[in-house]
Amino acid sequence: MPKLFRTSILIFKKDLKSELRTRYVINSLLMFVLVTVSIIKFALGDEKVDNEILTGLLWIVIFFSASNGLSRTFVKEEEKETSSALKLSADSSSVIIGKLIFNLVLTYALNLLILVLFILITDYQIKNFTGFLLTFIIGNLGLVSASTIIAAIISKANSKGTLYPVLSFPVLIPLLITAINATKLASIGISTDKLLGEFQILISYSIVVIVASLMLFKYVWED
Amino acid sequence: MSNIEIACHNISKNFSGKNIFENLSFKISSGKSLSIVGRNGSGKSTLIKIIANLIHPTKGELNIQENNSNISKENWYLKMGLLSPYLNLYDELTGYENLDFFYNLKSSGSIKSKENIDSLLYEVKLYDKRNEYLKNYSSGMKQRLKLAFAITSKPEILLMDEPRSNLDKSGVEIVNKIALRQKDNGILIIATNDEDDKQLCDGSINMENFK
Repeated sequence: MPKLFRTSILIFKKDLKSELRTRYVINSLLMFVLVTVSIIKFALGDEKVDNEILTGLLWIVIFFSASNGLSRTFVKEEEKETSSALKLSADSSSVIIGKLIFNLVLTYALNLLILVLFILITDYQIKNFTGFLLTFIIGNLGLVSASTIIAAIISKANSKGTLYPVLSFPVLIPLLITAINATKLASIGISTDKLLGEFQILISYSIVVIVASLMLFKYVWED
Repeated sequence: MSNIEIACHNISKNFSGKNIFENLSFKISSGKSLSIVGRNGSGKSTLIKIIANLIHPTKGELNIQENNSNISKENWYLKMGLLSPYLNLYDELTGYENLDFFYNLKSSGSIKSKENIDSLLYEVKLYDKRNEYLKNYSSGMKQRLKLAFAITSKPEILLMDEPRSNLDKSGVEIVNKIALRQKDNGILIIATNDEDDKQLCDGSINMENFK
């Protein structure tokens, strides 16, 4: 197994173990999701709402829960002053890949819960499940990739909480527009082969952001 | 054994326009030790952070050479151990898990670590407490574990910033033993105002001379 992969996995496992013990991110995110989904339910009542609008609402919940939770992985290292120990033990690429894997696992688990709750309370219909699932997987990959490097940047700032949505929104606009569009088309039953254009944009976005993160992260990480 | 040399040439550091120190130069090689002294706020910890590559100097150059060839900055961490008040380990992991994590990171998970970690824990007299979470450690026990972290990979360069903080007599003896061993095997740099720490070192830099 290559060295970079081994050390990244070690960092991912450490983050996962820490998270399962402290519930630093999970608890706040679960509460956030429950509150947001409940508000949507109260706002909609028994009204029948178009899939188009529901798709927008779904991605609003996904975006804000990501902005609420994904920044914590780096902020925690800075706040608890553990980042120096990490800097003296691993190269920067291992750190960003390890954190990226952790954020991916966290996001997929959380978004699965969001999706189940959303379907249960809004009667959201998914007619092309394969297309929807692919959009969901690739869209979240892009979301997590961009969010992770932005989290590393804001962990160095004083106003960490407010900075994240401000910085991430412009970076995520192309991804969000494409992901919302592809999700909407899949939910109304457009076939997967007609969504290939959207998939290409989402995959290209993810690749560009991951490569840029690997190149730029060491400058962020090294003060 | 490889010969390591740290060469610091005219480095200066300022924070938000405020000068901490300027035009500081020194050289130190394997088998030597150095104390960095000066009043509070004189830049001792800042210099230690620069040598550890945790922050960059505003001006000047710092190079580390191994057998006369430069080591790339990205790889300095492989040669270094740091004990410092601004470096914390993970509260939610046990003492053993902390050392195991950092040991495996530095060795890329390729070396069996248990015997080495056990011997480190024996050395800092924390073996009996190895399975307790760090959040339950006293400040002296945390300092001992940080000491074990600093020497986890048997570093060629050992940097210590106020190493006796929070330690009792037995803890101080451990610091002395590790410092003396490091002097024989590599480079030892201590930022301190403690007379006993200064006595451990061959040379000294007074930060007051670089204002």
